[in-house]
Amino acid sequence: MFEEVAKTAEGDLVINVGPQHPATHGVLHLLITLNGETIKKVEPHLGYIHRSIEKMCESLTYRQFIYVTSRMDYLSAHINNHACALCVEKGMQIEVPDRAKVIRVLMDELTRIASHELWWGAMAMDLGAFTPFFHAFRERETINDIMEETCGARLTMNYMVPGGVMQDLHPDFQRRVKEFLVLYKRKIHEYDEMVTGNIIFQNRMKGVGYISPEDVISYGVTGPAARGSGVSSDIRKLYPYEIYDKLQFDEVLETAGDSFARYLVRLREMDQSIRIVEQLIDNIPEGDFQAKTKAVLKLPKGEFYTRVETARGELGVYIVSEGGTTPYRIKFRSPGFSNLSALDHMVRGGKLGDLVASMGTLDLVIPDIDR
Amino acid sequence: MFITDYIKDVFGAMKSLGTGLKRTLYYFTHHKEIITQQYPDNRATLVLPDRFKGEVVMPHDEKNEHRCTGCTACELACPNGTIKVVTKFDITPEGKKKKAIDKLVYHLELCTMCNLCIVACPSDAIKMAQTFEHSVFDRSQLTKVLNKPGSKIMEGVE
Repeated sequence: MFEEVAKTAEGDLVINVGPQHPATHGVLHLLITLNGETIKKVEPHLGYIHRSIEKMCESLTYRQFIYVTSRMDYLSAHINNHACALCVEKGMQIEVPDRAKVIRVLMDELTRIASHELWWGAMAMDLGAFTPFFHAFRERETINDIMEETCGARLTMNYMVPGGVMQDLHPDFQRRVKEFLVLYKRKIHEYDEMVTGNIIFQNRMKGVGYISPEDVISYGVTGPAARGSGVSSDIRKLYPYEIYDKLQFDEVLETAGDSFARYLVRLREMDQSIRIVEQLIDNIPEGDFQAKTKAVLKLPKGEFYTRVETARGELGVYIVSEGGTTPYRIKFRSPGFSNLSALDHMVRGGKLGDLVASMGTLDLVIPDIDR
Repeated sequence: MFITDYIKDVFGAMKSLGTGLKRTLYYFTHHKEIITQQYPDNRATLVLPDRFKGEVVMPHDEKNEHRCTGCTACELACPNGTIKVVTKFDITPEGKKKKAIDKLVYHLELCTMCNLCIVACPSDAIKMAQTFEHSVFDRSQLTKVLNKPGSKIMEGVE
């Protein structure tokens, strides 16, 4: 953990957390200035897992570049692919069949549940509880099996294509999802029993990592981290895409602004995703799963931007096209990067042990930050 | 008042810890709820879904014939240059030249299992296999030739 211990002119300790550290969930390098145990400054150093995904996309066609985006935020791979497919469809004005829209929303919400499950387990493990990790993975495994059956992969699916989805749903899909819904309802109370109600956990989370609504807006924090401070930021509600405007679900808001509020937002968001899945699972319309598209996709000259709500916040895809078969420039506005920028503000003046609690509730995925 | 609050807090804390531990003990005593798979030992019974993307293979029938016409659609669809189609010219019985594949070279080490080649193939010549244990001792073993030696194109596939 401590690669190098240095002292500043005022006698403060400067320590490195990461890039290889179990609490950072990846290669995140934090340079922390400490006065005793109090944090004076946190400086994230990025670039350890930079793969130049945006540059790679410039040499790939509009069908090919989608698979790379699964590797950005690998826990919400479907939603990343979805954002890219939406942007290409917007440029080419492809009308997506109803069945494909419903399949996409179903997959997005299952991905969101899986992502939050993993976050919940990892969050509890950061704070020293090991058992919840296995409980979270038990439910997540069921979703992974569903994905594996329909999309053919467990993590990097590449299922969304411009115009719809790659393959039709597996015949067993509806049965498997209904089984999952039963399992989820039977097990979700364990989450509250084991972690949410635990007094040690609550004392470590409450009042830690506070961020005000004004700071949330000025740092550009989105997703559950923003909703924990009472800032309405759900793209599904504010700028509905696909069929989200026809669905019944609530935007989860908490006003406390601390780590515990962000924790509760994520936990209750899973219930809202379950609500969406329940509404759609019996109402999948018949029809094509993919619109008829040309063999070679060419976007007209211009700039196109779409945004979706991933499990971590707002993902924006910005494509500049010169009219050819490959994009001239692609920019991804990833939620993790903006959320990480607020970390220094959250933990400054707090204790070193609280850093992990604040960082855990931001749900950082490092490949998403570096790209 | 402070003392009563303090005592309440202590007992509340004990209760919350007890609730969590009860759940842990429940699983400790209920072995039927365990869902762990003993992976390397259950290889014989392990069934993967038929859509699982393990590696690209080219199915051959019993006469050692495949369906690949050498149109290079898969090569063009691949984002990583995983597939290389090497073509040759066969002489048909009528004495005409006909394009056919010599080798379909597949680099498993580059493949990301994105399924784009399978979707692009117009004659269903390639498909995904459900194998997943791909580790080998030398990386040259990962470069594979998908068509079997001496294989021909199936009758009627254009």
